[in-house]
Amino acid sequence: MSLNIEMEIKHDVLLLRLSGELDHHTADDLREQAAHAIEKNEIRHIILNLEQLSFMDSSGLGVILGRYKQIKQVHGEMVVCAISPAIQRLFDMSGMFKIIKLEPTEEFALQRLGVA
Amino acid sequence: MKNQMNLQFSALSQNESFARVTVAAFIAQLDPTMDELTEIKTVVSEAVTNSIIHGYENDPDGIVYIQVTIEDNLVDISIKDVGLGIVDVEEARQPLFTTKPDLERSGMGFTIMENFMDEVEVLTQPGKGTEVRLKKHLHTSKMLCN
Repeated sequence: MSLNIEMEIKHDVLLLRLSGELDHHTADDLREQAAHAIEKNEIRHIILNLEQLSFMDSSGLGVILGRYKQIKQVHGEMVVCAISPAIQRLFDMSGMFKIIKLEPTEEFALQRLGVA
Repeated sequence: MKNQMNLQFSALSQNESFARVTVAAFIAQLDPTMDELTEIKTVVSEAVTNSIIHGYENDPDGIVYIQVTIEDNLVDISIKDVGLGIVDVEEARQPLFTTKPDLERSGMGFTIMENFMDEVEVLTQPGKGTEVRLKKHLHTSKMLCN
């Protein structure tokens, strides 16, 4: 099983919908595609929709933190939505919610960043 | 009854998914909960990734060895490499510690293993390799019927 990355851009917000499995092997793809889109489109904020993500490990945390650092330089925000209980445990364990906002749905995340 | 499996494969990142799915398929006979299966898949992924990135520094000639033993409701997993080894295990096990921040490693691998398993033992020798022993008692429905 691999990772499928769907990207949508709304103003300065990059919406990433991930499905499949995010591990060390697939993290490279996500890093390259997301980092490129952020630079090319002058992105400030990121929404990560994890509804269809069936597996993630600490390599996923690493690549998400990497993108957070990237948008932090332009004072942007990262919002995660539709996270499963299993993946939420990993976020909780590593203190990710101290820096990344959590919303129940993509709609709420879009509203939070004013691009609904 | 004791039951055991052995698996060995090249230190290639595309084998991480193969490793965790194979171990999960073997454990399935104990009738674990979905949470337990997810936890085991995650820790296998963490330890195998460590062997590939740190043990072998992405050298595909390296071989990762996995042995899983199940007995009653106990799962005992060994994930081993004959790579570089870890100089300071205590430091390596600290949350958020990583020797490779440039590769966007989160430094959460051992913390996740400790959270998801009952026991985590790291046997390592610099220059010789690393073995991670992971143990977990499953709370399976089957156990209640025995």
